Amino acid sequence: MENIQMTARRDFLKASAAVGGGLTLGMYLPLGAKVAEAQAKTNSPNAWVKIGTDNSITIMCARSEMGQDVYTSMPMLVAEELEVDINKIKVEFAPPAEVYINSLLGGQLTGGSTAVRDAWEKLRKAGASARMMLVGAAAKEWGVDAGQCKAANGMITGPGGKKTTYGAVAEAAAKMEVPKDVPLKPAKEFKIVGNKAQKRLDTPMKVAGTATFGIDVRVPNMLYAAVAMPPMIGGKVQSFDDSRAKNMPGVKAVVQYSRGVAVVAESYWQAKKAKDLLLITWDEGPNANNDMVKVWAGLKDASNQPGAVFREAGDADGAIAGAAKVYEATYELPHLSHSPMEPQNTVADVRADGATIITPTQFQQLVPFVVAGATGLKPEQITVITTFLGGGFGRRVEVDYTIDAAEISKAVGAPVKMVWSREDDMTHDSYRPGGYYKVQMGVDAGGKLVGYRYHGTSPSISSRLFPSIVKDGIDPFAVEAIDNFPYAVPNHKLTYQMHDTGITPGYWRGVSHNLNAYVVEGFIDEVAHAVGKDPIQFRIDNLDYTEEKHKWSGLSAGVAVGGRLKKVLEMVREKSGWGKKYPEGRGQGVAVMEGYNTCLACVAEVSVTKNYDVIVDKVTYAIDAGQLIHPDQAKAQVESCTIFGQSACMYGEITVKNGGVEQTNFDGYRVVRMNEAPKAMDIHWLESNNTPGGLGEPATALVQAAIGNAIFAATGIRVRKMPFTPENIKGSMKA
Amino acid sequence: MNISFNLNGKPASADVAPDTPLLWVLRDTLGMTGTKFGCGKALCGACTVHLNGNAVRSCQTPIGSVAGQKVTTIEGLPANHAVKKAWIALDVPQCGYCQPGQMMQAAALVAQNKKPSDADIDAWMSGNICRCGTYPRIRAAIKDAARMA
Repeated sequence: MENIQMTARRDFLKASAAVGGGLTLGMYLPLGAKVAEAQAKTNSPNAWVKIGTDNSITIMCARSEMGQDVYTSMPMLVAEELEVDINKIKVEFAPPAEVYINSLLGGQLTGGSTAVRDAWEKLRKAGASARMMLVGAAAKEWGVDAGQCKAANGMITGPGGKKTTYGAVAEAAAKMEVPKDVPLKPAKEFKIVGNKAQKRLDTPMKVAGTATFGIDVRVPNMLYAAVAMPPMIGGKVQSFDDSRAKNMPGVKAVVQYSRGVAVVAESYWQAKKAKDLLLITWDEGPNANNDMVKVWAGLKDASNQPGAVFREAGDADGAIAGAAKVYEATYELPHLSHSPMEPQNTVADVRADGATIITPTQFQQLVPFVVAGATGLKPEQITVITTFLGGGFGRRVEVDYTIDAAEISKAVGAPVKMVWSREDDMTHDSYRPGGYYKVQMGVDAGGKLVGYRYHGTSPSISSRLFPSIVKDGIDPFAVEAIDNFPYAVPNHKLTYQMHDTGITPGYWRGVSHNLNAYVVEGFIDEVAHAVGKDPIQFRIDNLDYTEEKHKWSGLSAGVAVGGRLKKVLEMVREKSGWGKKYPEGRGQGVAVMEGYNTCLACVAEVSVTKNYDVIVDKVTYAIDAGQLIHPDQAKAQVESCTIFGQSACMYGEITVKNGGVEQTNFDGYRVVRMNEAPKAMDIHWLESNNTPGGLGEPATALVQAAIGNAIFAATGIRVRKMPFTPENIKGSMKA
Repeated sequence: MNISFNLNGKPASADVAPDTPLLWVLRDTLGMTGTKFGCGKALCGACTVHLNGNAVRSCQTPIGSVAGQKVTTIEGLPANHAVKKAWIALDVPQCGYCQPGQMMQAAALVAQNKKPSDADIDAWMSGNICRCGTYPRIRAAIKDAARMA
């Protein structure tokens, strides 16, 4: 299966042309023709808007809805300029097509906190352009100048009381020339963008239980598949005995596919029961003996390599050698699972002349290519339908499960819904890579920071998924939140060493911000305390206020943002009641970061019990994310990131033994529950009409650093090994 | 084996093995997909339904044990139920996958406790996982729903 994926990715890249702007993954699909065809059948001024003769307005959502609100925030941008009632529109998930490519990522892909950033101008212009064509069509019909007509609420009015609806002129509008100059309204005229009272458009169906997730899809004559996959990463089926399984009630077939053995039956439960009776001998593959002793020894050993330099100024080693005081630390950060609530699944209907894949995916554009590779069909013969996603968090950027389902459907010659168990999902994830980090800071006699060394060692996710973006040993997705190291240290050298741990690495909400921000902000906190300075003031005093450009920060601001970081630090200082005196066992910790062009400061307040259990009492944020599109859901994303990050730093750890993942369900892989979530969350925004920053991920990383620093404030224990379990906290006490 | 029970106020039956979990009978046999599969081990609460008014994990409830009894799923919780209204008012769901289970669990709480404290909510809801982290809004919505109920 790995081979199919790699071949498909190569084909994909071959078909690619440069897509402008940002960090391009070099992807491109020649599917424009399909969009044109779709336009002809409906009255569509462009690929984003469909207008029915009944005046129904449908707005296409080209990003995957996995909780982060694109189902509402994307249409809000279109509707603002289209001049329609956002609460009366319909939303449809867009099929794979060139026009829907995310310019920041170079693919039709949902990730990297880019949905709003990519859409900000594009979708408002799409709305404005469609409106201009509708108004133009009405004006032409009336024989008046378009400037004399006005659009509001899906209606067009003209001189002398002329009036018509969008629906009435939609057919004519679709034939109008697409305007070249599309002016956008200024922020002060926004009616929809920034509306604090706006509700999510998908809430009613999610509350009713009628929203269709991938796992809910049913097609005629559909069979169900339960699968057995190798328990060790990289294992394969050697042989199997299905004599008991195939005679179970409801079982239609037992088939071997690239990755495992599938039992196909009339219902999932029949398939699952029969699957449990399979006897499989595994070819254990290259990782058969992998365990955590080897993983950590490997990372530590690799960290002795010099690594690739991704940022350097002056002579860091010399400055540190000559410094009055040198501080140093090492950090050990674990592998993590995505574990979205909806286990991976796909409905595949593979036929001789084409295939339909209905799936909860973050990367619909790649699916036709991998399914083509797996079935022998051509990409253009494959239709992909995206459902709601029961969580994504980066897991559904991977398309492995669509390949599995397609192979199984092809083998049995029927539409099949493949459903993974929780155990399948947790043990066949792609994992947030662990990492080993070494840092040093040299401080002169006057207390000034003079030299900084940062050396990170971790698996490279992009080397596996998008090798073309890895250059000179540097994976841009491994140096986030450190390439843009926010403090001014005249001599610094930042290096990255990639190392494969035998645990498949994957993009996980916030990606390497989670690793690097913890080290950067944990260590600067150590230095602040060591030199006897207030942690917030120390940060403000040492921020980089230059306009230094950051070479590798593809999804970040790309330039030093000291002034913005200072503002959020000052705001969080005021809002959090910073500096309060606490009894022993309770304290506040701060952290600050720019990620996805959003600047955030966070103060966490924690209590640590006598048994070293950590309770997160309160989290306060000050955030500069530019213009908020849907303010209540911007807040919801910060709430979400907070709890996702809290799960990671408090409990999260994936381990392997005999080459396989040991955690199989939510008993072994603990996540935050209702009683453990922060008792209070207080989120403040810097009022701004600037270009929006991303919000789906950054707080995930930041809150972990703030909690770690708060544990130090509460206990005097600096925990450099996650998760913050009683064992790791006790283990971090100074001897 | 044909097993009959009451589903959302109407007679229902399924011809399945009696050890089949109620979850899969609802989803596959009866096409009621509002009830979700999350863990299969009663660890996450996504599959929560009411059995004779009590919140139970349908993934651990064999259909054979349900014969002749009253099952309510998210589809059967009335649209004007206080929990549904509170969930909508606060825009609780994000991805929404765990929410049917959360709401069925919450509905059983507000049916018996008109003023749940934070501790009551912690104790009652801690079996239901939400990876999107909607807990603060669930907590607020339960309090609102209890006031309305």
